[in-house]
Formats: sequence, structure tokens, C-alpha cells
Amino acid sequence: MEEVNVTVTINGKKRSAKVEPRMLLTHFIRDSLSLTGTHIGCDTSQCGSCSVMVDGHVVKSCTLLAVQVDGSEIITVEGLGTVQNLHPMQKAFWEEHGLQCGYCTPGVMMAAIGLLQENLEPSDEEIREGLEGVICRCTGYQFIVSAVKHAAALMAEEKQVVGEGR
Amino acid sequence: MAGKVGARIKRKEDPRLLTGNGYFSDDIQLPGMLHAAILRSPHAHALIKSINIEKALEAPGVVAIYTGKDLEGKIGRIPSSWLIPGSNLKEAPQYPLAIDRVRYVGDGVVLVIAEDRYGVRDVLDLIEVDYEFLPVSVRQKEAMQENAPLVHDDIENNIAFHWKAGEVPDEEIEEAEVVVRESFNVQRVAPSPIETRAAIGQYNPGNGELTLWCTSQNPHIHRMVLSEVLDISEAKLRVIAPDIGGGFGGKIGVYPDEALIGYAARDLKQPVKWIEERNEHFSAANHGRDEIIDVELAGTRDGKLTAIRVKNTANMGAYLSTFGPGVPTIDFGLMITGAYDIPKAACETFGVYTNTTSTDAYRGAGKPESTYQIERMIDLFAREIGMDPVELRRKNFAKKEDFPFTNAQGLVYDSGDYEKPLNKALEILDYKKLREEQEALRNEGKLVGIGFSTYVELCGFGPSAVAGAIGFQGGVWENATIRVHPSGKVTVFSGTSPHGQGHNTTFSQVVSDKLGIPLEDIEFVFSDTKAVSMGWGTYGSRSVAVGGGAISIAADRIIEKAKKIAAHELETSVEDIEFEDGVFKISGVPGMERKFVDIAKSANYAWNLPEGVEPALEAQAFFDPENFVYPFGTHIVVAEVDKDTGQIELKRYIAVDDVGRVINPLTSEGQVHGGIAQGVGQAMWEGIVYSDQGQLLSGSFMDYTMPKARFFPTIETAFTETLSPVNQLGAKGIGETGTTASIAAVMNAVVDALQPYGVTDVEMPLTPEKIWNIIQTGGENDDTI
Repeated sequence: MEEVNVTVTINGKKRSAKVEPRMLLTHFIRDSLSLTGTHIGCDTSQCGSCSVMVDGHVVKSCTLLAVQVDGSEIITVEGLGTVQNLHPMQKAFWEEHGLQCGYCTPGVMMAAIGLLQENLEPSDEEIREGLEGVICRCTGYQFIVSAVKHAAALMAEEKQVVGEGR
Repeated sequence: MAGKVGARIKRKEDPRLLTGNGYFSDDIQLPGMLHAAILRSPHAHALIKSINIEKALEAPGVVAIYTGKDLEGKIGRIPSSWLIPGSNLKEAPQYPLAIDRVRYVGDGVVLVIAEDRYGVRDVLDLIEVDYEFLPVSVRQKEAMQENAPLVHDDIENNIAFHWKAGEVPDEEIEEAEVVVRESFNVQRVAPSPIETRAAIGQYNPGNGELTLWCTSQNPHIHRMVLSEVLDISEAKLRVIAPDIGGGFGGKIGVYPDEALIGYAARDLKQPVKWIEERNEHFSAANHGRDEIIDVELAGTRDGKLTAIRVKNTANMGAYLSTFGPGVPTIDFGLMITGAYDIPKAACETFGVYTNTTSTDAYRGAGKPESTYQIERMIDLFAREIGMDPVELRRKNFAKKEDFPFTNAQGLVYDSGDYEKPLNKALEILDYKKLREEQEALRNEGKLVGIGFSTYVELCGFGPSAVAGAIGFQGGVWENATIRVHPSGKVTVFSGTSPHGQGHNTTFSQVVSDKLGIPLEDIEFVFSDTKAVSMGWGTYGSRSVAVGGGAISIAADRIIEKAKKIAAHELETSVEDIEFEDGVFKISGVPGMERKFVDIAKSANYAWNLPEGVEPALEAQAFFDPENFVYPFGTHIVVAEVDKDTGQIELKRYIAVDDVGRVINPLTSEGQVHGGIAQGVGQAMWEGIVYSDQGQLLSGSFMDYTMPKARFFPTIETAFTETLSPVNQLGAKGIGETGTTASIAAVMNAVVDALQPYGVTDVEMPLTPEKIWNIIQTGGENDDTI
């Protein structure tokens, strides 16, 4: 199959790779660009583990082809914060024990950031509804809800621009 | 440094996982790595007439194609590791790929290796397999009938094993004042970790070493079994479980697929990677439960339970999986009396082969099922004699003063005080008030129910001699090595294998308190058979109770040796040395002290050691506990049923658990939440469904209802602490209590809510359609509604 060139700005860096036109964005991120923090959980767009930000919107990266995002700006979990300087969402997940195995977590955090983009003061119920697109098998969601709530407070405090990389 | 055990400490493992720096199987990239895919049977039962790989061989990038026949004699059969004695167990041979007959949808048929990930999937479509259909056996009770199609020709009536424990003579049941009978179907579910299975093999032809990264909860068991299957020395097979994205029992099993990848990597002398797809996971990774449980519970009119007789007919799938046979027998059948002092008990279990995916341990493994039947039966009995279900429970609890308590099946519960969590939970609930409200709401036509589950669970595997007696093919002791570096920092090697539980944090808390060093000075090595000499992995809620027990003993040995060195340096006798909070000192002599870091340095430099003391500061402990541990507690659910839609809303969920010493309340609560979510999932939404032809109808997250955030209420948790005498920490297991308790709590609540309709049982899962139908048909003659 003839390969095509795809160029994106990912976590603030311009990156290019030649890919088959059928390649999913999620494999492009993981295999072509070696950013393995974004995970694949279900192949049918239910679990949301592969969620990333494309041009400011949260997207399940298994629902797009790499060629569709040529020229786009993408943020993955690697672009949120570093161990030394965690994004409020990461910090909140840590403090509230919002993760166990950590596999779905990057996608869940992305979905939560998307949720806070719409509503910076969500109630528990709004958070639970807002996480409809992700599945976590470990936590029973309770501490994810606490984490998202805590993140909202931290973001308000820090006047953090939602979804902005550090 | 003291006081770490019991503190709410956030996890050490998290910063890495939160920043995309985890290292899961699919993150592994090796030079020259090839990709594998497995063509699986789309039929439940068929003969393989022919396999045509001609076109596939010409596809671009194809490196190798293997059929079952190609591998005959080259890879051994995949054995079960739990061979129940005295059960006439017949283990059908399972080969890594089907040779001439497929026995379930998902059975491996052809292994393809190609250069790239997408290309290898294309090749599967070019393979033609000619099948001749055979009649199928899908449901266990039908599969046992005369003339049912045989899954394995030489196994009569498809009976894999027939196990019995305990005796209850007929008259104990027939002559009892009250007998309650019910049949429960604990439906088949899928463990469903969000990371599917994976295996990556790399072979070094120079030294003959094969490294296999795989999604295992127990890499040493994988090494032990696969070294035989692949005929390679254990010393040359290195199994590594990298970060694992959840297991829940589904990653205990040693699977054909892992053997295939190891074989292919060695055969091709190139790294091979296999990442399972989700639909593949649904068909080829072990399922859980699928047991039909018939129960008779006898007692007196005033509420004294006298005997219980249980028959479990368990669907084992097409082959006996690694731990499969132990689940409906030992794990289930010895716990059928639950938390109650019922003097007579008997369990009979049939394990049945069918044309379905194998079943094995799933979170709780046998205990959710045993808890489910006894807790449901208690409610039915209470209703039969008109007693409050809480009162009946109290009346029959094993009493605090009777611990260690021997149950009717001979298990010795280590410690317990069952009233304690029950009282606490009732206090949180305000039971009396709620019963009054329930009555009032019923009069208004609202269906509210209260469900209890006062469970006890068997976990912390366990004493190895007992494991041997019950047919487990291995030991279940645990291994820990603590290595103190010259700087005073330590590395701990543990034979447990975490996959989300937070061992690094919990175990660090134990070591920190013991050695008086900061949490950040402690690093862990798990899950690599080359680094950790031996161990039995993580399942059966054993890691803290057994693995933590071993770590605690190893720490004592470090202190013992360090004391000798400190005494020598301080020119005193060992008996005079006290060790507290990381400092060795002479009692009553201020200023005469050595810090832990000082001794770390002197032990490793070995310039001046006392006579008979070897250099370095390292200790290993092998801990084989004398008993299992038995956590217990009370879970209460308040549920409301919508009469018009059949929808169920969980209004409250209260969990009071007693898991002995709580090492970290934060991670413990997390375990409780997660466990509950899976049990509630089974009760309300989840279910693997096979058609009568053995077709898997729930093979993706589009068809299988995975619980989501909005499905749950906020769970109210609390703990009581009744220490275990079995290990130094006083700790019991916590990973499975939530699942064990919650199924019955939900079902009791919903049956209670539906009481006005005379309903005594509802089959899981509680789909709105099912509930609506009950209301529609059952409500006709009931004028209170």
C-alpha cells in the first residue's frame, strides 16, 4: 500500500511520518511517533483509553485515521505535565487515587479535561454523566469522580487554561 | 519514619503512570520485531477438514504460518494446574493450536507471523479453513445428559470431575421444621481488564535464552508451566510481566497463545509480538462463573439453621484452564456456610465440558458464588419464618468467642467478630428508620428494597501443604529479599506480581516502618523471573497477607544482622542494642548510636565486622503461612425499582469491611470500590451470552455491558479491624471482598423491593426488561400495588 506523509504538531512539537492511508490515529501516535502513553482498550470506540485532544477537542484516537489529522494540533498525556510539574488533572488523579492499573487513565484524564472545558464546576452527577465515553475496570469510578472534582478546583485556583500543555 | 502503616498515603507508582511513562506490553518495541496474529475458530464445534494457506503464503511481509499439525510434537499440551483429588478428574489434552477439531468459538487454528501489525491481520483473511460442523453442547446441565454431544469423545457425559465434601443425610433436610430450596444461576461474565492479553518473545540463539514478556498475574507460574510446554530449562526461560492493565483473574491462566509466541520467537530467531484484540479477548481469554447452584437450607421455626446441602453444576468450557477446577470445588464448596455456624453442610460439584471458552478464576473465584447462595438463602429463610433478615443473621453468626472457628466443612476461620461491621453498617444506614420509610413508600406504591450481605471470604493463598492436599500443582508460599545498598537505600524483591493494586506503596509502608527509612528510599522489583528467584504471583488476595508477611520477616532479619554490627561498633553486646525509628542505640546511654545508613555502609564495606558476620546487608525470607485469612464484613444496598420501566436505581451502597490491619486506607478504599463495581456489574448488567449453537453473542464492548461511571451511587465505606494471627502484619486480603459481598447485597435488595409481587428470586443480570416483566405478570393479583 502506498504510504502518505502525515505531519502534526503534537505536544508542541512538529512531527512527520509516512503511513499507510488506513492507519488509525491511535497507531500513528503510538507506533509511528512512539508516544505510548495513549492506550488501546477495545477496538470498537467504547472504552476511551485512546482519547487525545485534536485541535482543542477530545477525540477517541481510534475513530480517526492518521491522514485525517494532517496539519492538526494534538495533545496526548505526554503533553499534559511532567513528573516534576504535573498538570492539575494529573495531580488530582494522584491525590485522590483516581487510578489503579493506570491503563485507561490517560484517556480518562483527557475525557475529564474535555468535560471541564464545558463546565468548570461540575457536580458529581455531571461528572459521572460526562465520563460516559470512558470505561475503567479497576476503580469503580468513585475516586475518578473525586479526582475530576478536585482538578476543577485546582484549575480554578491556578487559572489553568484547560487542556493547555506545559 | 514510624506510623506509615495505617496512613493514607498516595501511591508511589502514580507519577509514572499519570505522565504516560508506564511500560505496558504493547509499548515494547524491539529491533527486527515481527507481529503475530491468530486465526480462531468461528464455530463452536467442528472438524477441520483442510487448511489452505497457499494465498496467505504469498502475501507481502509474511514470515511464517503454523497450523496445529505443524506444531504437533513441537509444543507440549497446555496443562491445568489444579487437579482436584478424589474427583475422578479427566483432563482433556489442550494443544496450542487445534489439530483436527475445534471445540469453541475462539479456539486457535492458525498462527501467522508477518512483518507488520496491519499486514499480519490481512493475512488471516487469506487463509481458508474447511470445517465440518459437529453438534454442540453449550449449557452444562444439558451437556451432562445421556446422548448429549461429546466435547471430547472419551469423556463420558462431558463430566470433567465430580467432587463432594461433607455429608448431610436426607433426614436432616426432610425432617427439619423449615426447609427452603432455591436454584441460582450465577451467569458467565468476562473479567475484562482494559488492557487485553499480550505476549512478546525474544530468543537469543547465542545462549539459548528465551525472554517472554506477557500479561501475567503470576510470571513464575508461567515460567514453570511454559518451560515444560516449550521444553526449555527454567534457567533459560525468563518471564517478565511489565505493567499490566488489570487482571481480575483473567491473566492468571497460562494460555496456548503465550506458548505459541515463545515458540515462534525461538523458531524464527526474531522477536515476535502478539497483542490481543478485544473481540479475541472475549472469545479466547478465560471467562468467570457460569455455575448453576441448587441449595437446600434447613432449620428450626425459631431461626436456628441446622443443615445446608448444595449442588453446583459448573460450566468449565472446552478445556480445564490453569486454576479452573479449583473454583467451583475448593473455593466454593468449602465456604457454603458463609459466616454462619450451621452444623451440617455438604457440597457436590460437577465440572462439565462444553463447547464454550474455558472458565477460570474471576475476582473472588468461588467465594462470590458461595456468598451469593448463602446470603440469598438466609433472606429466603428469614422470609419463610417471618423473621427480620438481620436478626436471623445475628442468631446464626459464628460467635466472636468461638474463633478460631471451624466451619462445617472443616476450614478454620482465623479471626472474626461478625457483629462489629454489621453494627457499624446498621448505624450508618439507620436501619430502623429506613424499614419504616420502606413500609410507607410501599403503601404509596414505590418499590424500595434493603439488601444485606454479611459475608466472609477465604483468601490469602496460603499454606502450601494445604495447596498440595487440594491438588494445586505448586506451592503458595511467598518470597522476599531486601537488599540494603551502601547508601542505606534499599531494593526489595517480591514474588508477588502487582497489576494495579499498589504493592509498591503498601509494601513500602511496611518496610519504612520496619527499617525506619523514608518511603522514597525503597524501590521494588516484581514480576521478572530473572530478578526474583521465585514466587507465586498475585491472585486470591494473597499479596499483603503472604507477600507482605514475607517482606516483614525479611526486614526482621536485616535488623537482626544490623544490630550485631551496631553492637560491635558501639562495643557492647547485641542484647543492649535497641532499634527504633532507624537508629540503633544502647538503652540508657544517650549519644551512643548508629543510624541505619551508617550500618548499611559498614556492612557493605566490611572493614570491621564482628566475628562470624558476613559482609553485605541482605536478607531473604520464604513465608509459608499456617492458614488462609478470612476477611468479613457487612454490605448493605438500598435499591428502588421503577415500576413503569423496570429500571433499578441503587440509592445507597454501604460497605463495612474487616480486612484485619488496614495498611493504607486510601488504596484499601479503592480496592473496595473496584471490587463492588464488578460484583454490582454481575448482578445488574454483565453477562456472556452464547446462542444454542455456541455462538458468542456478547463478543465486544458493544454487546457486553461494561459498567460506567453514571451506573453507580457514591459508595459509603468504613472499616473495622480484627487482626489476623496468620501473619506478622495482622492483615487479610482486600482485593476481592467487594465482589464477594456485593452480588448478594444487590440481589437481596431487589428481591426485597419486589416482595409485594411475591417474588423470591430473580435471575442475574437484572435487566429492566426482566424486572418489567415480573411487575407486569406478578402484580396482577396484588391489590397493594
